[in-house]
Amino acid sequence: MRKYILKRVLISVFTLLAITLVLFILLQLMPGSPFNDEKLSATQKAALNAKYGLDQPLTVQFLKYVYNMFRGSFGVSYNISKNTPISQLIQSRLPISIAVGGMAVTLGAIFGLILGIVAALKHNTFWDTLCTIISVIGVSVPSYVFALGLSYTFGFKLSWLPMLYSAGQPFTSSVMPSVALSLFTLASVARFTRTEMLEVLGSDYMLLAESKGIYGGPLIVRHALRNSLIPIVTVLAPLIVDLMTGSLVVEKIFSIPGVGSLLVTAIQSNDYNVVIALSFIYSAMYVGIMLVVDILYGIIDPRIRLAKEGDN
Amino acid sequence: MAKKNNKPVTASGPEINSAAYEFLPDDFTLRGNSEATRIDNNFASQNYWLEVRQRFFGNKGAVVSLILVIIICALAAFGPLMTDYSYKEQKLTEKNFAPRIPLIENLGIFDGDESLKTTTGTKIINGYEDKNLTDVYYWFGSDTLGRDIWTRVWEGTRISLGIALCAAIIDMIIGMSYGLISGYFGGRVDSIMSRIAEVINGIPRLVIVTLLMLVLPHGFVTIVFALMITEWIGMSRIARAEMLKLKEQEFVLASRTLGAKHFFIIFKEVLPNIIGQIITQLMFSIPTAIFTEAFLSFVGLGIPVPMCSLGSLISDAFNSFTTHPYQIVPPILVLALLMLCFNMLADGLREAFDPKLKEM
Repeated sequence: MRKYILKRVLISVFTLLAITLVLFILLQLMPGSPFNDEKLSATQKAALNAKYGLDQPLTVQFLKYVYNMFRGSFGVSYNISKNTPISQLIQSRLPISIAVGGMAVTLGAIFGLILGIVAALKHNTFWDTLCTIISVIGVSVPSYVFALGLSYTFGFKLSWLPMLYSAGQPFTSSVMPSVALSLFTLASVARFTRTEMLEVLGSDYMLLAESKGIYGGPLIVRHALRNSLIPIVTVLAPLIVDLMTGSLVVEKIFSIPGVGSLLVTAIQSNDYNVVIALSFIYSAMYVGIMLVVDILYGIIDPRIRLAKEGDN
Repeated sequence: MAKKNNKPVTASGPEINSAAYEFLPDDFTLRGNSEATRIDNNFASQNYWLEVRQRFFGNKGAVVSLILVIIICALAAFGPLMTDYSYKEQKLTEKNFAPRIPLIENLGIFDGDESLKTTTGTKIINGYEDKNLTDVYYWFGSDTLGRDIWTRVWEGTRISLGIALCAAIIDMIIGMSYGLISGYFGGRVDSIMSRIAEVINGIPRLVIVTLLMLVLPHGFVTIVFALMITEWIGMSRIARAEMLKLKEQEFVLASRTLGAKHFFIIFKEVLPNIIGQIITQLMFSIPTAIFTEAFLSFVGLGIPVPMCSLGSLISDAFNSFTTHPYQIVPPILVLALLMLCFNMLADGLREAFDPKLKEM
């Protein structure tokens, strides 16, 4: 077990280093310079370059860069709000994004599970078909399409919910974005739960449990659901990542002052430092989630651990 | 056989003296007649592709999706030719016209009316009547710059599909080769190649794509390139797993014994056996590519104007979607339909190629 975890951690560290290198190289390749003002003279530009350490050799810059990245200091924003440290920019926005994202995951997971269980228990009935249709639509239609639809119907036509995010009413104004974001999670979880439940329900130990006289709720929850939950852990990681990318556009649609909309603004105003910092944070979160899931899965299911150890 | 002839016939019985024994005509019976031969009809082996086709066409969802995809492709190819407008021609005098279709307009829908919410209440506007353009028709309406939405939607679909197809095919070639080679050689080669793929897979794709789009000039080729770099991992995993399964089988051993080279075994012996899984994965990667392209365009990193893709159309229409909702509906509908159909098509193909697979 220790060997397995160690290997996973090592791979994650390498991945993060590779990402940092890629980000650094891309930063060097970015067209133009952050100081695009035509009024700047050559000496002023040189002074600015010296101030931000852009005149040093690349290797020094890279090492410094790695050191800073891992310490969490990403430098300052060049364009969006001049000279504000990026960590400060992110600090105020991250909680909002996490709140909306967390709500989306919770909604999606709970309703997805319910939908999947119902579909499996009522296999080959109307409910099953309905679940399949919902999950196919949810998986294939991008979340911003839902976001626009919701925003138009409930925000514009019916005016039940605010169309744009406002800090004064954080709950009501994050209902629509969370719902729009959660649909993908909901659909995937429902699909996966259904498949796993169907398989578990058909297994011999369920027959045994039933013949021992266990029935109804305890049978489903304790015997069927627990065993079908194991593989669902694996879909969670990619789901959370999809959520992060989905949030970029959804945050823009509802103008939520979160990390996603910051990234979009940074891309559009060529604020490379912010883009790079956010890319790093996204990547770090992604790598971290993948690591946790891999280890969790190894603990839950020894076969995986042994198979992956057997790889080498 | 021996029992039917009433003589004691055994293969090497002492009573048969082959030199002295004389064969009689009824020593032999014809086995070829239909009553005697039993063909196993239940598990008869059929042509693999015939079975795949039967299973695929038995799946209603997949067939409907296939038909829809074909219709959308046809419209993408010929749609822009069906009107006199071009995708970049602007008529500022004819901007924001609601959809108007000949014949159907008499039914009271698609007649160019649109209702606007103003401070004094809702009022109905008809751009065609206001400007006395009774013989002008915009089937899907016109956008904020007076361009025909019908033409632009199909032009955009064409570009989106083009990008997706190019990216998916290139991904297939790269991923397939990488996975097959990694799986075939095994050992240290596989170990190193797998670790590299694992590290690349650890990088969020969207981050890479976004950064690449920032560095490179915008355009068709750049988007394909960005998609190419990130999307081949899934394909390579499948190819590697299949290769690991197949390479121990006897036909590979036989081929090797006959002196086949590595290249021949990989691409001529193993590849044809996994073509089904490859095609399925190709189908799954098309909607992913369409989605990523739409996302990039929405963020503002897509196809440069005046060209358009589904993503850029949605992004443009988004700014006025509360006042002129008809402008955003066609591109969104086409995008959603395409994603849905390609996903269902891929699902159908997967089941057709491998019915034993778990139902997803």
